[in-house]
Amino acid sequence: MADKPFIARGFHGRRAAAPPGRLPPGQYETRDFPVLSAGPTPHTSLTAWDFTIRGADDASPSVRWSWDELQALPHETPTVDIHCVTKWSKFDTKWEGVSVDTLLDAARAAGVANGAFVLAYCDGGYTTNLPLADVTGGKAWVAFGYDGAPLAPEHGGPARLLVPHLYFWKSAKWVRGLTLLPNDEPGFWEQLGYHDRGDPWREQRYRGDP
Amino acid sequence: MQTEELRLDGNAAGGVLRELFVQDMTAALGTCAGCGATGPVATLLEYGHGMGIVLRCPTCDTPVLRIVRTTGLLRVDLSGIRFLSIPSTIDE
Amino acid sequence: MNEAIGESVATPPRLEWQVASVVSVTQETPRARTLVLAVPRWAGHRAGQHVDLRLVAEDGYQAQRSYSIASAPADGMVALTVERLDDGEVSPYLCDVVQPGDGVELRGPIGGYFVWEPAQRGPLFLVAGGSGIVPLMAMLRQRGRADVAARAQVPVRLLYSARTLDDVIYRAELEQLADASQAEVVLTLTRQAPPGWSGYHRRVDRTMLEAVSWPSSDEPNVYVCGPTSLVESVATLLVELGHAASRVRTERFGPTG
Repeated sequence: MADKPFIARGFHGRRAAAPPGRLPPGQYETRDFPVLSAGPTPHTSLTAWDFTIRGADDASPSVRWSWDELQALPHETPTVDIHCVTKWSKFDTKWEGVSVDTLLDAARAAGVANGAFVLAYCDGGYTTNLPLADVTGGKAWVAFGYDGAPLAPEHGGPARLLVPHLYFWKSAKWVRGLTLLPNDEPGFWEQLGYHDRGDPWREQRYRGDP
Repeated sequence: MQTEELRLDGNAAGGVLRELFVQDMTAALGTCAGCGATGPVATLLEYGHGMGIVLRCPTCDTPVLRIVRTTGLLRVDLSGIRFLSIPSTIDE
Repeated sequence: MNEAIGESVATPPRLEWQVASVVSVTQETPRARTLVLAVPRWAGHRAGQHVDLRLVAEDGYQAQRSYSIASAPADGMVALTVERLDDGEVSPYLCDVVQPGDGVELRGPIGGYFVWEPAQRGPLFLVAGGSGIVPLMAMLRQRGRADVAARAQVPVRLLYSARTLDDVIYRAELEQLADASQAEVVLTLTRQAPPGWSGYHRRVDRTMLEAVSWPSSDEPNVYVCGPTSLVESVATLLVELGHAASRVRTERFGPTG
């Protein structure tokens, strides 16, 4: 029975049709902004908040930005499609944030030990791993604005990682920093079998997917 | 929508836990490896709908039990549970 | 495993998905519907338990939810009452599309914590928010089937928070229970109240719980079921009022529908 599910007559879910070529395989479009969380929403005050980039090696220097210092960096306003591994996609989401390139340039200048991978870490203990190449070259941001307003706590505010070309669990909510790593190290969901890269166009949902 | 509304509890994990254990686990007492608090699995807080099940300690928020279904595998992290006492249904 | 021990173990059957067929549907309120199901392999259930229900579309898309059982174990059938959540995807299907004769996949019964047995003596205090009434109704129905002497051992009170009077699920049945002095039923309406409404008209709060619940010294068995915010505030208040946390059993309902 578990192998051959029974088809429920007339059941389609709440999926809407989407323009061809815009939805990665297996996805459907939603107009909502579903909230998925692996834990309670942390409430960190902006005065206590900071963002740090550090090397894997304790001897490596690190760079740290306070909230005001991050805000003083050049802002970008990407409009992107986002794709959640639970199969919803949302088109034309409007964000405001600082490019991860800007932060990594500053980290390199400060002598933070480089690595081929990053592990994003967050308030509440969440982590996710990404290849460095996926957060550089204008593909990733530390986002603090959504749809013209400060990013709401349930969507990851005060700030979240935004890596829209990968499944959305890589866009870590409540992000507080990046650790640069020489070797890939699985994060919260990746430890449980989710894909280390997570490209929605290749349906890299689980470890072992091509 | 309030995020807190997305928090369920261990009752909701009763079905998937029966894929792991022969007996009902919601009434089992679990001890958190993080803080040592002990309580019924039903009273753990459940998060992470869709991607998997994360049951956290209501006292310290440590993830005590994580379950993900991937292609052909049920993956389970029980490292947050130090101890389980399961009400016995054995007739003696 | 030792075979001799193996034979003496009352091992519950493996929990498997099976196809149940819909026997009848009843509209309970504008937003809630009861489905009576025929389940081919059903070992019986306990009041308070739930089932997992799974819907699979033609293209393999799946959605799964948990629904509490509304029927008493002795009713000889499985009834689920489903509240329609407008932006949900399973509850609108169950409330609008499903007809008698259709099949749905389910597994159950599930749960051993949020259950009530008639053997548990002492007052029974039930607190429901919205469709959180469903598993508590199974308890009320089970108690209603006991004989007079057994019922006398278990006085029962229900505090039920609903948006409006029209949203009160099982209203006629609850009124009957109250009229027959089988249960004390206290409603509180959180939105619109009808003209002349003399009952509570606000969210459940400390004063209301103090007025409606038995004192903690009577050691009532308490079951609280509803939306997360209601369950957590009620459970916290009851513990503050002196009830032992171990006697306040809770089950949270989600908004995903």
